[in-house]
Amino acid sequence: MAWRSVPVSTKSGVSMAALVVVLILGALIAVLSRAEAGTGFAPSDWAAMRFTVWQAFLSALFSVLLAVPVARALARRRFLGRGVLVTLLGAPFILPVIVAVLGLLAVFGRSGWLNLLLEGLGLPAVSIYGIQGVVLAHVFFNLPLATRLLLQGWQTVPAERFRLAAQLRLTPWAVFRTLELPLLRKVVPGVAALIFVICLTSFAVALTLGGGPRATTLELAIYQAFRFDFDLGRAALLSVVQLVMAGGAALLALWIIPAISMGSGQDRPLLRWDARGGWQRLWDGCVIALAAGFLLVPLCAVVLRGVTGIVVMPGSVWQAAGASFYVSVLSVLVLGAIALPMAGWIASRRAGGVEAVGLLGLSASPLMIGTGWFIVINPLMNPAALALPVTALVNALMALPFVLRIIVPRLRDTLQDFGRVTETLGMRGWPLWRWVILPRLAPQLGFAAGLTGALSMGDLGVITLFADMDRATLPLQMYRLMGAYQMQAASGAALLLLVMALGAFWACDAVGKHYAAA
Amino acid sequence: MLRLEGIEIALGDFRLRAEMELAQGQSYAVIGPSGAGKSTLLGALCGFVPLRAGRVVWQSQDITTAPPGERPMTMLFQDNNLFPHLSVTQNVGLGIRPDMRLSVEDKDRVAAALARVGLADQAGKKPGALSGGQQSRVALARVLVQARPWVLLDEPFAALGPALRLEMLDLVAGLVAETGAGLIMVTHTPEDVRRIADQVIFVDDGVARAPEPAAELMDNPPPELKAYLG
Repeated sequence: MAWRSVPVSTKSGVSMAALVVVLILGALIAVLSRAEAGTGFAPSDWAAMRFTVWQAFLSALFSVLLAVPVARALARRRFLGRGVLVTLLGAPFILPVIVAVLGLLAVFGRSGWLNLLLEGLGLPAVSIYGIQGVVLAHVFFNLPLATRLLLQGWQTVPAERFRLAAQLRLTPWAVFRTLELPLLRKVVPGVAALIFVICLTSFAVALTLGGGPRATTLELAIYQAFRFDFDLGRAALLSVVQLVMAGGAALLALWIIPAISMGSGQDRPLLRWDARGGWQRLWDGCVIALAAGFLLVPLCAVVLRGVTGIVVMPGSVWQAAGASFYVSVLSVLVLGAIALPMAGWIASRRAGGVEAVGLLGLSASPLMIGTGWFIVINPLMNPAALALPVTALVNALMALPFVLRIIVPRLRDTLQDFGRVTETLGMRGWPLWRWVILPRLAPQLGFAAGLTGALSMGDLGVITLFADMDRATLPLQMYRLMGAYQMQAASGAALLLLVMALGAFWACDAVGKHYAAA
Repeated sequence: MLRLEGIEIALGDFRLRAEMELAQGQSYAVIGPSGAGKSTLLGALCGFVPLRAGRVVWQSQDITTAPPGERPMTMLFQDNNLFPHLSVTQNVGLGIRPDMRLSVEDKDRVAAALARVGLADQAGKKPGALSGGQQSRVALARVLVQARPWVLLDEPFAALGPALRLEMLDLVAGLVAETGAGLIMVTHTPEDVRRIADQVIFVDDGVARAPEPAAELMDNPPPELKAYLG
């Protein structure tokens, strides 16, 4: 009998959801109230819109095109370290953008390894700044994501099909056409749409590698209008454009974007009988080596340069590290206060709704929200005084959709299994959370907290609007060092930031696993 | 006295009516074909299934809309009666205080209940470390400390082997006899009925019939019951 019992109070969940809506809508209303449509769009605004769409399109295109052979190779090969590599594909999600940018600069930058090599060969140098750099960085972040999602798709193909293909002695091309092409046709559009939407609201990459009239995204244009011209009207107008564009794209893509699975279980390779030929092995080996190199070499560069840089870091870096730690802890706490009641509410309803929340979160622009709150706070007090709490809150809001996706399914199962017995025992409110829900959800909560902590630690977004010279988070301080060409100190800060972000994730995840219920 | 006055349950296309009086201290077996609504009837008594019409009255007090935790009954389900992440002692302690704030006397009661079901030496273990029969005993120890006037069993021993199931039923019979509680249990086995039930509630064709004495009914079953028993 499918009895439905709801021992979880829904009141606090509904109020928290309402609070989230108020926080986002409030920012939107503030932005709308200041948006000056009178002057219309300047040519540079049109250029920013075109560039935003174009770079997102290219990023999605290259990420998916390159991910197909990588996922294909990973799906049909088994080798030592395959599990580690698949796990590493999840790492860019918690990797601070600015750290990755510094790593890419070390490899592809003006005096980077690639240009040293080209110089040695007598070839002209390449520049990372401009659209090629923005797309390169986006591919760096989204190639692993696309690979993971495609790999998920590959694993939905039953092993029996490949067995059948082996019995029929299908050629590699026939295997691709009969089994893999239909699969790709099903999965690729959604993956490409997801990456397109993510890249539409890209800020930190454009800030560091883009800029100028020909490589400015909308998000960056908002920042420039705000920071350089202090033209709130124009920042607000661009925010509205950004919201319409990213929100519209997310809504259009709503039906094809795949579920983002955060869990593991992808390290299970299919047993395959096809593709045993030497050339195919060589090809797959090269693809995997190249992809791994593309991901790992920049990270190695960060570590190598950071070790020497860490000794020359100014004291301000340590101060900023403290601020980042505070922001990270605060945003985990805020998120817990918001996400837990909301998850309780969503889980005690029938399935659905969560996906929509997730996509709205993806499309919401942190700089739009930041601009809105700045407009609200500015007349009341100095916004810089609130820089850190506001950053923590916005980071929490940005992580909310992912976190709900992680904890709601498990909470739903827990209520399904133990809802009735908790009711016969009269367990409600805090005792229910304390003795049943929190212990049952420990691994998910640890993972979610780790994700939030790491994202918040490495975020370079809304803080750029609110900070003054006295207040900075570590990513911002690192950006300032880069801007002042103190690359050695910046490298040290990057290593510190990398360790802090990964450490935050690892620590929370480990605590969750430690308390994992039997 | 627990009275079901003109009860009607409607879940989708499913309908069940019941009108009966149940005396405390008696043991009732609920039998009938699969899908007839035996579990649903117990769920309605416990407050998990809403009634479309009728009242549930306990000692002249209307408990029709009382939440499950505030009814004079406790129920054991087919599965998930124990929390796998809590120790045996904690699982039993929840029967006394849902917030787990146990006084010294409370703890003594938990220990005594565990001793009564033969698990005094397993108190610190998690349910996963116990056998199926021991897990049932933990659940019964909690029923014991809850000390409600009614104990409802929705086939909690279905997964146990025949000998172990009978052993558990005997333990249940002993416990309710000691505490003076009434017992209402769903079963599929005529053997169980003869073993511990005083009365039988036959559920079939959308109706839960008023209880009849077990021995006589099983010896001279009416045609519908005969068809079910085979």
